[in-house]
Amino acid sequence: MIKVEHLTKTFGEVKAVVDVTFEVKSGEVFAFLGPNGAGKTTTIQMLTTLLRPTSGTVAIDGLDPVAQPLEVRKRFGIVFQDPSLDQELTAYENMDLHGVLYHVPRKVRAERIEVLLKLFELWDRRASLVKTFSGGMRRRLEIARGLLHTPKILFLDEPTLGLDPQSRNQLWTHVKHLNETEGVTVFLTTHYMDEADRVAHRVAIIDHGKIVAQGTCAELKAQTGADTLEGAFLKLTGTTIRDETANGADAMRQMARMWSRGQRR
Amino acid sequence: MNVIFVLWLREVKRYLRSRPQIIASLGQPLLYLLVLGYGLNRVAQIPGTGSYFQFVAPGVICMGILFTSIFSGIGLLWDRQFGFLKETLVAPVPRLQIMAGRTLGGATIAIIQGTLVLVVCVLVGFRPTSFAAIPQAFLFMALIAIVFAALGTAIGSTLRDMQGFQMIMNFLIMPIFFLSGALYPLANAALPLRIATQLDPLSYGVDGLRGAFVGLAQIGVALDVLVLGVLAAAFLVLGAWAFSKIQV
Repeated sequence: MIKVEHLTKTFGEVKAVVDVTFEVKSGEVFAFLGPNGAGKTTTIQMLTTLLRPTSGTVAIDGLDPVAQPLEVRKRFGIVFQDPSLDQELTAYENMDLHGVLYHVPRKVRAERIEVLLKLFELWDRRASLVKTFSGGMRRRLEIARGLLHTPKILFLDEPTLGLDPQSRNQLWTHVKHLNETEGVTVFLTTHYMDEADRVAHRVAIIDHGKIVAQGTCAELKAQTGADTLEGAFLKLTGTTIRDETANGADAMRQMARMWSRGQRR
Repeated sequence: MNVIFVLWLREVKRYLRSRPQIIASLGQPLLYLLVLGYGLNRVAQIPGTGSYFQFVAPGVICMGILFTSIFSGIGLLWDRQFGFLKETLVAPVPRLQIMAGRTLGGATIAIIQGTLVLVVCVLVGFRPTSFAAIPQAFLFMALIAIVFAALGTAIGSTLRDMQGFQMIMNFLIMPIFFLSGALYPLANAALPLRIATQLDPLSYGVDGLRGAFVGLAQIGVALDVLVLGVLAAAFLVLGAWAFSKIQV
């Protein structure tokens, strides 16, 4: 369903993603894990037609996002890491607009919006402008919106960031359900290893733009001799090692990332 | 079609919900109208119109349309900043439809804003000479709105930050307004200024609108329609192209 080969993206001197190769099979839940700034979001942006790769190839359901962006966009849905709601519209209007953009028929749209807003406990506030919402409510609305249509592939870029445990639980239950009943392929990133352990069939770990390990959770644990996925993750990406390599080059990387932030969003 | 409509509706809703901004953006044209209109009324006699006040009012209406339409296009920058742009960029609809919805929405609110300025002008003493020409006036208001909403979209697609916006404001929008002949008649102006005026798209809008309201078209209404029509088509193509190239 997703096939990535030798994918590289550089921003000037900064190498955000370096020679990344992996494959996600149809119907799979795939977790893409890595520390902050490892290249997860950049990778997702290249998979979702928002960024052109510097080199390497991507195939989404056999299609190239650069050559056929519209066809690729018809095949996925995404929950972004950063906010992407229209704050001057109400919760309901945001949902409805999304439904129209994704060609969800009017009647189905109304039903699904109600179900999802109730599921994420936003139904009572459906007529309020999003700018009056708290951070957690906005996040919930983003997720509800991302689940409004049923795509072939669902990208979830740190969907649970800033969510309470109840909403997190709702989200993953719903995602699992979509995956099992509708066969939706799920590509997710998260910093919560227990979540990845719970829902993902397979995991890839990326650090400094490179894939450092991939396999099932059990394989990664066996490979590193850790009891938990978190332990495996820390062994692979390393707490101490990472701190020691926080040298001049790393600081430069951090600076460049900050300065180019506006351009990459 | 549905997609164009919802994005059009979004622009209109956002506009109608921002009442303080509507009133604030009436302030600037009103200031020009009152200060210049009343201030120069006794000093400047414009041949062919009753007074300078009558002369400048259509120019001030154009100003309202120019600012509203071009800002609506540049509003892309805000969508980029608040993240909503991404939501439309990954949607499975042709970018042309997204651009069309936005631009038509921007043009619509600019026409509404121009109408409000017109109402204010009439309230403080502006008297169109012919009411039969009202449809013609609205044709010109619509053309101006589309030309600059599309130009705004083209600019908004390439801008990355607020600094760029300041540049556009000072080096594009203000010159477009001041060189358009909105404030002074072309006939008496120095040659370089006349040339600049002829290169300014808004000149043809100001001329056409003035022709409709007070019967004083110096360039000629037919040529005005032609130039604005061609520019509208050209800027729509340019805007659509720039929008289709956006990366996050």
